[in-house]
Amino acid sequence: MLLAIDTSAGTSVAVVDLAQGVIAEHATDDTMRHAEVVGRLIADCLSDAAVPISGLSAVVGGMGPGPFTGLRVGIAAARVFALGAGVPFVPVVSHDALAFGRYQAGHTGPLVVVTDARRREVNWSVYSGADAVGLPIRVDGPGVARPAVLREPGWAHAGVPRFDAVAVSAGELGQVAELMWAHQRPFAADTALYLRSPDVTVSNGPKRVS
Amino acid sequence: MTALNAQTTLNAMTAQNRANPLVLGIETSCDETGIGIVRGTTLLSNTIASSMDEHARYGGVVPEVAARAHLEELVPAIRAAALEAGIRLKDIDAVAVTCGPGLAGALMVGVGAAKALAISLGKPIYAVNHLVGHVGADVLRLGADDSTKPLEYPTVALLVSGGHTSLLLVRDLVSDVELLGETIDDAAGEAFDKVARLLGLPYPGGPQIDRAAREGNPAAIRFPRGLSQTKDMAKHRYDFSFSGLKTSVARWVEQRRDADESVPLADVAASFREAVVDILLTKSVAACVDLGVPRLLLGGGVIANARLRQVAQERTDAAGIALRIPPLSLCTDNGAMIAALGAQLIMAGHAPSSLEFGADSTLPVSEIQV
Ligand SMILES: [Zn+2]
Repeated sequence: MLLAIDTSAGTSVAVVDLAQGVIAEHATDDTMRHAEVVGRLIADCLSDAAVPISGLSAVVGGMGPGPFTGLRVGIAAARVFALGAGVPFVPVVSHDALAFGRYQAGHTGPLVVVTDARRREVNWSVYSGADAVGLPIRVDGPGVARPAVLREPGWAHAGVPRFDAVAVSAGELGQVAELMWAHQRPFAADTALYLRSPDVTVSNGPKRVS
Repeated sequence: MTALNAQTTLNAMTAQNRANPLVLGIETSCDETGIGIVRGTTLLSNTIASSMDEHARYGGVVPEVAARAHLEELVPAIRAAALEAGIRLKDIDAVAVTCGPGLAGALMVGVGAAKALAISLGKPIYAVNHLVGHVGADVLRLGADDSTKPLEYPTVALLVSGGHTSLLLVRDLVSDVELLGETIDDAAGEAFDKVARLLGLPYPGGPQIDRAAREGNPAAIRFPRGLSQTKDMAKHRYDFSFSGLKTSVARWVEQRRDADESVPLADVAASFREAVVDILLTKSVAACVDLGVPRLLLGGGVIANARLRQVAQERTDAAGIALRIPPLSLCTDNGAMIAALGAQLIMAGHAPSSLEFGADSTLPVSEIQV
């Protein structure tokens, strides 16, 4: 049984299991209050699922992409929960959960997943389809771009069906992790998917005051 | 234990644990990832991972850089702290965390992590004020043979760092702290950084100015003391201002350079430092005298400045004020002071924070626990 946490869009927390699927899931689409809600959502999921901490085998964290300030809250919470519970931390790309959800809902073939990246940009990932066990096959991305770029006919994935998401489900994130675990697929790298450098400029010395 | 009863655990904490609680503190309000572990008033670990070097090329703390560093440093720092303290995480009685004031994005990393840690361990959480934490550092004893007398109240506290410059009246550490004054523009540490930069010295500026000032004459140039004139006294009696001082230093240096005269670095550094130290201590001692409080506590990273400590000793001695300066490792931002304040709250019988608190970058000092 896994605890999954994603704050790449709103805040979503779930308890999932390979056999039983999503056992409990609590979420909010609020994109401003990740630090406020994450604790209560975790506590509510665990109590709904009636699972003791010792019953968890890992903690899954959505690594983004997504707006940085909120994204970090969930990764910090997931990593530290894993440390406190004494179980492994499992990083998963948040967009993979979105693609998984679409394929589960019946979509077939290529798919572009798009989420808000703030500052008038979007994050995107491209999938060719779902494999035999239902895991989405990511063939490009995640990347960051101005929305217009994705609409240009010359874009490498122009014409591929597009899914614009406003929320990432920790239940789907956890299911992706369960399938990866069960089928011994490599997890994502344990690094936040910022896709942008901190926008600071190295100073060129002080300005004159007189 | 499940998360269901995490918030009722304090009631189950034995009387002995409540009298001498094992607390892990998390501090991420600026550029130090601090994890501290204390048992009651005894310090067991003060683990600090600083991202200061990453900020050096920008000449000051960059919030996004600091927040990214916190995310990477938290887990290793918690592991290292537990190892140093010789405890298992499941042995702790409570988690304490800084929820403000500070950099919002940086605070949020610590808040998210602290909530997760508390729930994963089935332990209560205390969300505490960073500035009051600086005062709380003073209660810590460095071992069983540390016989320093406990801090007495009321006390005036001067907290100076790159992020804050505040003068507090502490009547009781866990229940009654009042803001007397604070900076209305730059923090004192920021002023050191900015003046160092205009003198061509690297970041962080405090130690650089201190070194440059060693051979200088502090009375060579009379730089202005902000908010110290009679007209300022009604509204800003205990407030500070350093931006005018910084501009004044810049103008003085520019005039020299424009006239092709050499800039006496040591004298400028010493005179600038003297102006900062003078105004900090003039106002602190005035607060003690005005309020009839014969105690002054210093805290914050700028306390590392040797001249500040020296003048503080002279002025408080002359005014009959008892001066307290915690060890330097507890003056800079750290998790041990947060754990210490959490432990004080538990020992005083305060209930844990609810799970819903957030990060408050402008948390008032009167809110000791959120
Ligand atoms: Zn501080």
